[in-house]
Amino acid sequence: MKRFFQFGEAGGPFIGLILLCVVFSLASEHFLSARNALNILDQVTVLGILAIGMTAVIIIGGIDLSVGSVLAFATMTLGWLMRDGGFPLPVAIVLAILAGGGCGVICGLFITIGRLPPFVATLAMLSGARGLANILTDGRQIIGYPEWFSELATVRHFGFLSVTMSVFIVLAILGWVYLRFRAGGRNLYAIGGNAEVARLAGIRVRLANIWVYAFSGLLAGVAGVALAARLDSSQPSAGFTYELDTIAAVVIGGASLSGGKGSVGGTIVGVFIIGVLRNGLNLLAVSPFVQQIVIGAVIAIAVMMDTLGRRQRG
Amino acid sequence: MDTESANRGLSARGLGKRYVQTEVLVDFGLDVRPGEIVALLGENGAGKSTVSSIIAGVIQPDSGHMTWCGRPYAPATPGDAIAAGIGLIHQEIRLLPDLSIAENVFVGRLPARNGVVDREKINSAAKKQLRRLGLDAPPSCLVRMLRVAAQQQVEIAKALCLQSKLLILDEPTAALGADETDRLFSQIRRLREDGVSFIYISHRLDEIPLIADRVLVLRDGRLVSQHDNAQTPIHVLVREMVGRNVDRIFPERDAPQNDEALSVKNLTAADGTFKNISFNVRRGEIIGIAGIVGAGRTELMRAISGADPITAGTIKVDGKIVRMAGPRDAVRAGIVLVPEDRKLQGLILDHTLANNIAAGNSDIFAKNGWAWPGKIHDFAHSAILRVGVKGDPDQRVGELSGGNQQKTVIAKWVSRSPRVFILDEPTRGIDVGARAAIYDMIANLARAGAAIVLVSSDLDEVLGMSHRTLVLSRGRQRAILEGAEANHETVINLATT
Repeated sequence: MKRFFQFGEAGGPFIGLILLCVVFSLASEHFLSARNALNILDQVTVLGILAIGMTAVIIIGGIDLSVGSVLAFATMTLGWLMRDGGFPLPVAIVLAILAGGGCGVICGLFITIGRLPPFVATLAMLSGARGLANILTDGRQIIGYPEWFSELATVRHFGFLSVTMSVFIVLAILGWVYLRFRAGGRNLYAIGGNAEVARLAGIRVRLANIWVYAFSGLLAGVAGVALAARLDSSQPSAGFTYELDTIAAVVIGGASLSGGKGSVGGTIVGVFIIGVLRNGLNLLAVSPFVQQIVIGAVIAIAVMMDTLGRRQRG
Repeated sequence: MDTESANRGLSARGLGKRYVQTEVLVDFGLDVRPGEIVALLGENGAGKSTVSSIIAGVIQPDSGHMTWCGRPYAPATPGDAIAAGIGLIHQEIRLLPDLSIAENVFVGRLPARNGVVDREKINSAAKKQLRRLGLDAPPSCLVRMLRVAAQQQVEIAKALCLQSKLLILDEPTAALGADETDRLFSQIRRLREDGVSFIYISHRLDEIPLIADRVLVLRDGRLVSQHDNAQTPIHVLVREMVGRNVDRIFPERDAPQNDEALSVKNLTAADGTFKNISFNVRRGEIIGIAGIVGAGRTELMRAISGADPITAGTIKVDGKIVRMAGPRDAVRAGIVLVPEDRKLQGLILDHTLANNIAAGNSDIFAKNGWAWPGKIHDFAHSAILRVGVKGDPDQRVGELSGGNQQKTVIAKWVSRSPRVFILDEPTRGIDVGARAAIYDMIANLARAGAAIVLVSSDLDEVLGMSHRTLVLSRGRQRAILEGAEANHETVINLATT
């Protein structure tokens, strides 16, 4: 049982998240309410979807800098297919998500066949996908989505859950189950721990790499669709610098950038730490510039506590 | 003892060190005079590395004191030790592969002229030290291009450029073949003539009489004996190291079965490191592969296990040709590799035993791809029991001793019941007591019907364990010797010509 529900590496960040909530509850009368909790969940949906894919990427010892741009490419593809291509919106949604997956596959091929370091391959995609997002409409936004589409993000079914939030929750559970209990997921940890050991053990390292980047791209596509629903429009500048928040969430959640370590559970805690901080500081009317400083400090402190804690144990 | 010359060397008294629960060194004393080679023996965990780390300033003792050249010596960092003229040369080579030999020799203190690195100066100074060691590689050559033996000489040259008067060599011959070892010894002797002293740490006991002036034996952190004469018989040293008699190291071998498990025909490497290798191994048979460093032994093993590509030849398991696109095909066909470097190729040191043992085996324990933690744990637990690893499935592999780490690599494979085990240097860096356990395990694997291909730089090991011995020289197959015709003389003659 203990092994099943191992908080393990996410234990520290989880305590941090609780402390943050306690502090904000005391500091602001508006923080502790069901309504605000749902606001936070709504605000972290896009970041959370991206972070699930990034967790897998970081576990295999990679990095995906392209998620923000791929999100933008997917969101623009969605609008473009609907408005200029005349596709029914459900079909456009599927194609936009696949477009994100396609970007991921290209990154994966650059890395495995082209032997580019993940940093370089996804940096190239960061630039390329942003360019594609702008080319589709010459840099202009797309509006005019049907009402049911924006309702995916705004109508809260059963009084609390919107469709986009549910998608995030379902994807998080699937990601958690895959990484924790599926053989394919466990193999990712071996690859990140030492790719040569994994290869000699008969694990298909290249194939796993391509899949993981494809998965990250697909999720960026899903996030692009969710963002379009939330904004009721597609913006070519969407998702700018989201890759950094995403990496921050994964790292705060206990993953190691050198690979072999991390969990979806930890990542979700990391996502909520960032979400709660933003929300709480907004409620306290702290300026966005100061918020950036606070988030920077939290990243440093979280990783430092993790490292120092490990040194003490070891 | 001649106190005056002792004063000019290194003298340590009452050194002690303990970690949370264990005392790793107790009341240890040692004297090294100028121009003397002192061998430090002991099993893994006996405290040898603690001693060398203390002397080299890597860690600080909890008690005791040292004097060096007549003055109190208490290095707080490796830098202090280097400045005092004491250098530690690690078992694992710690050079920067993408810098030149000269840059490696001068790393951290590159001399500059007008703000630019003075390459002429470092090249000529490095060349001088390299010549002193008899290494003729150009100083501007990248370290990556050098063989392991040459890289080690660069480490020694680096220490000499730092004006070291005492060098601690930790397992310097672990990665060397017979003639590189000879060359290293003659270099050490030459430096001894110049007044350089050495603390020599090795697992290869047969080297000790060749190189050491005196021998100290450590066991469980305590000094158990000192021999002023390095000609002490090996069995005496072994008994002192392990605290018991070790008469028969190599286990009995049963006769092989008749059916062929592995058949290799005309195998040729894509990069030309070996050509036209052909041999068969029957079930239950152990075939030893002998050869000096650079003969292509490891390359051949990697090719048979699918890790490196081949351009010609066939590999058959149980008479069926195996198409190799990668290690996965070999593993699925029943050929498994226990690689040369267990820390870099065999294990993920930061992961648990359970995860290490499970990696790559999900086709066996995971039904429909579900790798439940309980399943992984049980799978690892039964493999650990079968091989006799002293460790818990939830423990990090990095915490285990070398012998138990090697057993973990083997444990990873036993549950597959592979047809062919390829063991590349299975006892490198492993102490005498633990070696015997690994030999027993190899014999048991053969008894259970596996075909075994054993590579070792330790010729006694190859001869003591194998039914037949294949001798490689410069990538060519020189001979396959039957048990009785294989002895030191015949093998070395074939391997070195």
